[in-house]
Amino acid sequence: MLTSSAVTCMAAGLADAPPGATSCSGCHPAKKWVDTQVPRLNGRPAADIIAAMQAFKTGQSGTVMGLIAKGFSSEEIKAIADWYTSQKD
Amino acid sequence: MTHGISRRALLASTAAAGCSAALCVPALGQGAGGRVVVIGGGFAGATCARFLKRMDPRLIVTLVEASPVFVACPLSNSVIAGLRDIAAQQFTLDKLADDGVALTRAPASGINTQTRAVTLTNNSRISYDRLVLAPGIDIRWDALPGYNEAAADRMPHAWKAGEQTLLLRRQLESMEDGGTVVISAPANPFRCPPGPYERASLIAYYLKTKKPKSKLIVLDAKDAFSKQRLFQKAWKELYPGILEWVPLSAGGKVTSVDPAGMTVVTDFATHKASVANVIPPQKAGRIAEAAGIADRTGWCPVDPVTFESKQQPGIHVIGDAAIMGAMPKSAFSANAQAKVCAAAVVRLLAGKKPDQPKLINTCYSLVAPDYGISIAGVYHAADGQLRDVEGAGGISPIDAPSSTRAQDASLANGWFKTITEEVFG
Repeated sequence: MLTSSAVTCMAAGLADAPPGATSCSGCHPAKKWVDTQVPRLNGRPAADIIAAMQAFKTGQSGTVMGLIAKGFSSEEIKAIADWYTSQKD
Repeated sequence: MTHGISRRALLASTAAAGCSAALCVPALGQGAGGRVVVIGGGFAGATCARFLKRMDPRLIVTLVEASPVFVACPLSNSVIAGLRDIAAQQFTLDKLADDGVALTRAPASGINTQTRAVTLTNNSRISYDRLVLAPGIDIRWDALPGYNEAAADRMPHAWKAGEQTLLLRRQLESMEDGGTVVISAPANPFRCPPGPYERASLIAYYLKTKKPKSKLIVLDAKDAFSKQRLFQKAWKELYPGILEWVPLSAGGKVTSVDPAGMTVVTDFATHKASVANVIPPQKAGRIAEAAGIADRTGWCPVDPVTFESKQQPGIHVIGDAAIMGAMPKSAFSANAQAKVCAAAVVRLLAGKKPDQPKLINTCYSLVAPDYGISIAGVYHAADGQLRDVEGAGGISPIDAPSSTRAQDASLANGWFKTITEEVFG
């Protein structure tokens, strides 16, 4: 029964993801075993995600993240970060 | 589990109770359920089917896909250049069935928008409350004189991955050193805007390393293309004397082809090719016409929030077939659109208003095995279409050390593993 509840809860969160959030998993793997240097976001502390995004926004980045972070406001970044924090495996 | 309550009813009530508990994200929660049919099992369709089921497990989701094996286009240019095995491009939909998505192998033959039902070639019907079409592209066989389905056996397009990819690879492998390879690139819009130029790069790499007396000519119906400065800088560094790009303004537009004589014709010249890769004009996949969702351009206009067809209510269109404003026809875009579309469909079925979406595209191209370049964009709905978010997006630095290019090449491979795991894994 717990499993059933948990699945429904997670599902509700997925349909309610804040704007932009579901695009991230195109590169940031949800699963631990995917062989990529791009970090997972699921379950990561929101503060870490916010700090990284703010750094991408203002600093020099050799990757696409510098180009992507500039498309999100601080409020949007916080909503995405909070949502990923709540997403478990 | 007894007391006259069915297991199904008990599970449903428990799930609902669980969702009202404090630990849950406040939510959609009580999704209305419903029947959704998705046609097309590529990056767009398979993602959408899977996420619909994850977002609302009570939905009955049917995925209609005739091919038992999906062959991915991203990285297939590496297969053409002999750098990658086609097996690394092949995926099945088996795991979607494990998620509770019903798979149907019979191709769809028609759509009745009045009764909201899809007809399959085996004459069975599937009713839907909402339909998602992700048919990808079809070749416009009437658009380039001389280029028909028979011509593609001599002059492969290789713009749908699979046998065509392998045919082009075999032709390059059997070409003598000193031969001329001709690529014909189409006018916009078409699937994978940087694709012809990544292909040109990797074929040039093959020629440089295996057949250095050979030449590659790219005949283009455009004067500008995606990641152009990055490609051209890399070509100058890596492939001088091997790769020649002829833009529209220099007479690059191909006006006809002759597969028997292996010639590719422009207004200014007739090019004799040892190997000819004709990337022809394209349109939305065939079912789009049957559904009445394609406009005169051959592509499908959609609402930028829900991706619902502007021509047929109740039908959503995602991926390469749709007109998505500033968003390019890429696998990353298709996957991102599919997730937004799934959320919109779940909300609409529950009688709720879909969110204003924000979407990202990221695309890597390989200029050589260890030399990658990238482009990214962020999009939002404005003025009835998807537009670039100002100040965001762009291409990788024009002046960057080889370590940056190597990193992008590595990220390209990582991206492919991540996205295919999410869609098919």
